[in-house]
Amino acid sequence: MTHLALWGGIAAVVVASTVGDVLQSQAMKETGDLGLVRRSEGLGAVIRRVVASARFMLGLGFMAIGFFSLLVALSWGDVSIVGPASASLTFIANALAARIYLKERMDRRRWLAALCVAGGVALLAH
Amino acid sequence: MLLAVVVFAACGDVSLARGMRVFGAVTLANLPHLFAALMNPWVGLGILMLLGFFAGYLSALSWADLTYVLPATSVSYILMVLLAKFFLHEHVTVWRWLGVALIVAGVGFVATGPEATPGAHRQNRPQSEFELLTPRTEIANAGGEA
Repeated sequence: MTHLALWGGIAAVVVASTVGDVLQSQAMKETGDLGLVRRSEGLGAVIRRVVASARFMLGLGFMAIGFFSLLVALSWGDVSIVGPASASLTFIANALAARIYLKERMDRRRWLAALCVAGGVALLAH
Repeated sequence: MLLAVVVFAACGDVSLARGMRVFGAVTLANLPHLFAALMNPWVGLGILMLLGFFAGYLSALSWADLTYVLPATSVSYILMVLLAKFFLHEHVTVWRWLGVALIVAGVGFVATGPEATPGAHRQNRPQSEFELLTPRTEIANAGGEA
């Protein structure tokens, strides 16, 4: 498998995982605090609210695509490259997507946190 | 809540790793082994813990930003390295300890800031002009007296 195809596979993992995370975050922002919902309306209400969200289900679908893309990418290249590269790049992509799409307030601390965690996760593979 | 997410994630992964050691490498040739692995108590425990992780993760996203939850829950990587060293007796290199140190620094950065962007979550949005003009504590008190 070519170098380009391997990095294409890693890119597919990063994009699918990030879209999945962003959609789920957006869905959970709309459900309200699930801890409060559970205390006031019970666990059944929590499950109904989560499962009824189209964004949540779509996010779940993208996470599944991300997982299977990871399996494919792992069959194309070494786990020592695919694992840390996809995990750490997903952290960076999530930070960018949260800033641009979810309009989260990204101060310097959050950027530093995303970069440190991405670097740390990459080092864990050594 | 975030602590529970971290513990479930790390213990779930370590349980899966502990269970899968019995089965060895799974390939396309012995794919049915994967279904047999589900009967292993360690694998079953790992799956239950990862379900607990997912429930906690979703709950955390309902009151905190994605860019807060992701770095904060990355403590699970640190716990995973510690469990791998002391429970699974794996060799942990200097590079991995350096990775752990970077993650600790990242968690430290995010933990000192606010967990949510104002107005981003449903419960933080003003619902009416009354809520726009009245402090939250007064609304809570008014609700308690009603």
